[in-house]
Amino acid sequence: MKYYNKIIFEISEKDRIGYSLEKKNLPEVKLPTEILRSNLAELPEVSEFDVVRHYTNVSQKNFGVETGFYPLGSCTMKYNPKINDELASLSGFANIHPLQPVETVQGLLKIYYKTQQILSDISGLSAYSLNPFAGAHGELAGLMIIKAYHQKNQDFKRNKIIVPDSAHGTNPASATVCGFEVIEIKSNPDGTVNLNALKSVLSDEIAGLMLTNPNTAGVFEKDILEVSKLVHEAGGLLYYDGANLNALLGKAKPGDMGFDITHINLHKTFSTPHGGGGPGSGPVGVCEKLIDFLPNPIVKEKKGFYYFEDSNVSIGALGQFYGNASVCVRAYVYLMTLGREHMSDIGPLAVLNANYIKDSLKDLFVLPIDGHCMHEFVFDGLKDASTGVRTLDLAKRLLDYGFHAPTIYFPLIFSQSMMIEPTEVESKDTLDEFIQVMRIVAKEAIENPELVKTAPHNTIVRRLDEVKAARTPILKFKDIQ
Amino acid sequence: MILKGLLYAESHEWVKVTDHEGYVGISDYAQHSLGDVVFIELPKVGQTIKKGEMFGAVESVKAASDLYLPITGKILEVNTKLEDSPELLNEDPYGNWIVKVEILDAKELDSLLTADKYVSCCEE
Amino acid sequence: MHKYLPHTSKDIKDMLKVTGASTIDDLFSSIPKNLRLKDLYQIPSAMSDDNLTKHMQKLSQENSQLVIFRGAGAYDHYTPSVVNSLISRQEFLTSYTPYQPEVAQGTLQYIFEYQSMICELTGMGVSNASMYDGATATAEAMFMAHAQTGKNTILVSETMNPRIIHVIKTYARYRKINVLVVPQNDGLTDLNYVKSHLDDAMGLIVQNPNYFGTVENYDGFADVLHEQGSMLIMNNEAQSLAILKTPGEYKADIACGELQSFGIPLSFGGAYGGYLATQMKYVRKMPGRICGITNDVDGKRAFVLTLQAREQHIRRAKANSNICSNQSLMALAVTIYLSTMGKQGLVEVANESLKGAHYLYEQLLKTKKFDKVNNHPFFKEFTLKAKFDVNKFEKSCLDNGILGPLHIGDNQLLFAVTERRTIAEMDLLIQKVVEQL
Repeated sequence: MKYYNKIIFEISEKDRIGYSLEKKNLPEVKLPTEILRSNLAELPEVSEFDVVRHYTNVSQKNFGVETGFYPLGSCTMKYNPKINDELASLSGFANIHPLQPVETVQGLLKIYYKTQQILSDISGLSAYSLNPFAGAHGELAGLMIIKAYHQKNQDFKRNKIIVPDSAHGTNPASATVCGFEVIEIKSNPDGTVNLNALKSVLSDEIAGLMLTNPNTAGVFEKDILEVSKLVHEAGGLLYYDGANLNALLGKAKPGDMGFDITHINLHKTFSTPHGGGGPGSGPVGVCEKLIDFLPNPIVKEKKGFYYFEDSNVSIGALGQFYGNASVCVRAYVYLMTLGREHMSDIGPLAVLNANYIKDSLKDLFVLPIDGHCMHEFVFDGLKDASTGVRTLDLAKRLLDYGFHAPTIYFPLIFSQSMMIEPTEVESKDTLDEFIQVMRIVAKEAIENPELVKTAPHNTIVRRLDEVKAARTPILKFKDIQ
Repeated sequence: MILKGLLYAESHEWVKVTDHEGYVGISDYAQHSLGDVVFIELPKVGQTIKKGEMFGAVESVKAASDLYLPITGKILEVNTKLEDSPELLNEDPYGNWIVKVEILDAKELDSLLTADKYVSCCEE
Repeated sequence: MHKYLPHTSKDIKDMLKVTGASTIDDLFSSIPKNLRLKDLYQIPSAMSDDNLTKHMQKLSQENSQLVIFRGAGAYDHYTPSVVNSLISRQEFLTSYTPYQPEVAQGTLQYIFEYQSMICELTGMGVSNASMYDGATATAEAMFMAHAQTGKNTILVSETMNPRIIHVIKTYARYRKINVLVVPQNDGLTDLNYVKSHLDDAMGLIVQNPNYFGTVENYDGFADVLHEQGSMLIMNNEAQSLAILKTPGEYKADIACGELQSFGIPLSFGGAYGGYLATQMKYVRKMPGRICGITNDVDGKRAFVLTLQAREQHIRRAKANSNICSNQSLMALAVTIYLSTMGKQGLVEVANESLKGAHYLYEQLLKTKKFDKVNNHPFFKEFTLKAKFDVNKFEKSCLDNGILGPLHIGDNQLLFAVTERRTIAEMDLLIQKVVEQL
């Protein structure tokens, strides 16, 4: 990585241009001045080559999944296949207007329909909508469906959603955005649902329970059928956060566990690129009785013809068009690349990888949960914490060795949490390298703690003053001038 | 550290009582858990807020915490110095009050904790 | 074996030894037997890359690539080659959210540049790192106004894109926010109606240009709203900001809208991006990621996510919004596009749309097959009332490889003209009109 320190505005020079434009031989149009802006926006003036060199240098300040191992728990940073990008960019997908008549977009509608079907089969839910733009958006859709369902049944008292304290922040946030009150229940020490805690909050005011399985500590909810029974008996619905679906590929289906609604993260389980923070895609799936509530429009098929349909009892529209179509096309290519024959290998190999790392390092790190883990696991800091080296320091020191740090300080139920998810694409060689570096850093923490506490040392910038950034916010270029 | 002579709430706010008025702030434990305070949200003067209800919020880089009024009161003054320099709460949490209230129900003071009893709240 | 799954049988054997399990299946012992799958999935068979390529090429050919005269929220603009080339760099494409800033200065820098450009274009004080699309950005702007004012009704101009109104209504319904649609008056937002309906109003949302293509003059709106403690939220489609009076100049409190026209291909409606920007005093109510400048321990200038205490991972149930992933890569595409077009180019390309749309408008009226709907100014979209069968016309266009205007009801057709439409293409469309009875 190279420390490139120019902002695009700083390389701008008046009258330079970077574009090519055909000017039509048509009369100029003068709009009334009172509806026009007084001054032009102060955008950069650079040549095309300036743009390319600048953003190439900017990119070299980034670590991508192709640069090295990214063991981020709950993120499923797997390889983003090139063929997905290439095929999604075909002009017959890229140049299509969303408001073209359905007869002229049969290819895309077919991809949507088939993807919906494949996700249904993999998850065991009856129907899907690909419209939500991200996992959190899928959660919002799912919660709206829960509300709509209860309202249809005239069950207006049900305005509470139960969330375990080990849940990802988007779960309670989505519930709040949907107008629910959040009831947080304390988990068991291994992050699983505490049945007594659950029983104590179930009532006729509960709309549903949100869970991920395996949970955020990488443990399978072995009482899931009991949980499902309790929630359904109380009249609630069961929501599955699909963030950890990778562990279940080939092994189990959320639909069989009693989940009524789920969202899937295409940018996690199904390989679409993270893009530095999006675009993702969070398809929402439902059991039979909830199909009509799915967000509009839904893709249907009749005698080989694909079309859109709106349901009158749908929760409504969650976006202007049909979700992140270009992301969905990438996921479809991935699903077809793996197919029936290989999809089932993913869960087993992801889980093998996670256990391999865990068992290779549990002599040096605190393993709060015994036994086999699923596709990810949590360490709760160093076994020997006598020198005061914390998880944050370990994470920063890993950057020096060319690894991206794992997820830190989540789930919140472990104070020195470090969550590691290798995914199935990493070879034993990569895992061995990572294990070796973790052992080196654990040793450094004892023998040379200051080195670790002041890490990173080899990155282009080191520990940042986040307090200054929050106290004196500089949020646009004009603030510097 | 825990300053004697003040009354505390379990949610880590302190009250200093003078006649029917009280100054309210956050304890050393609170500022320490938050880390460097970067922002504070203050209530409007003249508002009446019930015991246990939110009267403001403090924010650090990694956390956001609502502030709960330990006793029912009418906001008489807010410490606007904190808006420009929220770090004062870290530097001296007991010397920098956040709001001054008119105490509307003196009996509520009995349910607050003395310094000795507050110790156990900080022992987690 | 599969090309994405590197484990050999030797690897598996060696790894199992370390885990203490005799088979991989043993690692799944915590899954109750009755939940474990016994069969393979009933999904299509795996395809080789070559077959899959042929399969996708065939599917892509089942979508018609047309000469586009339709807009209504998605526009056929030219994307310079540098955009796709640069956003495909793996450091941008495959990287995660910049939570470890030391190894994500690239992402953080472009977010900062993006935020800066959005502020320049909208005249606002601060922008976030992007939202899912223009419609959801508008809905979240409504939530901001709700959080800021504590009031329960949102006014929405009837001249807005009905798809955006639909999203606003969906979001509002579950938060128990009342949506009051301000009826149009001669195709414009009725300020008098707004004035008399500000009771418990958190604000007014307007669109510029509006759905019908009209550029509305929103002078005076902000004052009326602010007097009653309400906010002005303005939705501008991105390219319109190049030449139109900005939300900042109209004293709007929040600016939001769709970014697609800044270098993002049509791609059947997504992935696009939404922008959301506001005045600094409301920054803590704004959802989404925000990037700021600071320095590192050695004094070097650096970029970092800041004001994170607003976000879901910290606020959880108390968050104003649940947004986590946004449309970061699309924000990068926009940033590269704006850098490439630059200060002058952005205005010139907008001007080409402006000239083209007005030329088409004049020529269509000359055919005497249309009635004017009003005389309001417009940018790159306009509405005309057809005197012929609009369905036959659409079919006639399609038969000639043209995506004609959108029928928005009552025989009214919404036309869009971008810089990509040549005079020859417009003349062909006009010919199709002339042929209508």
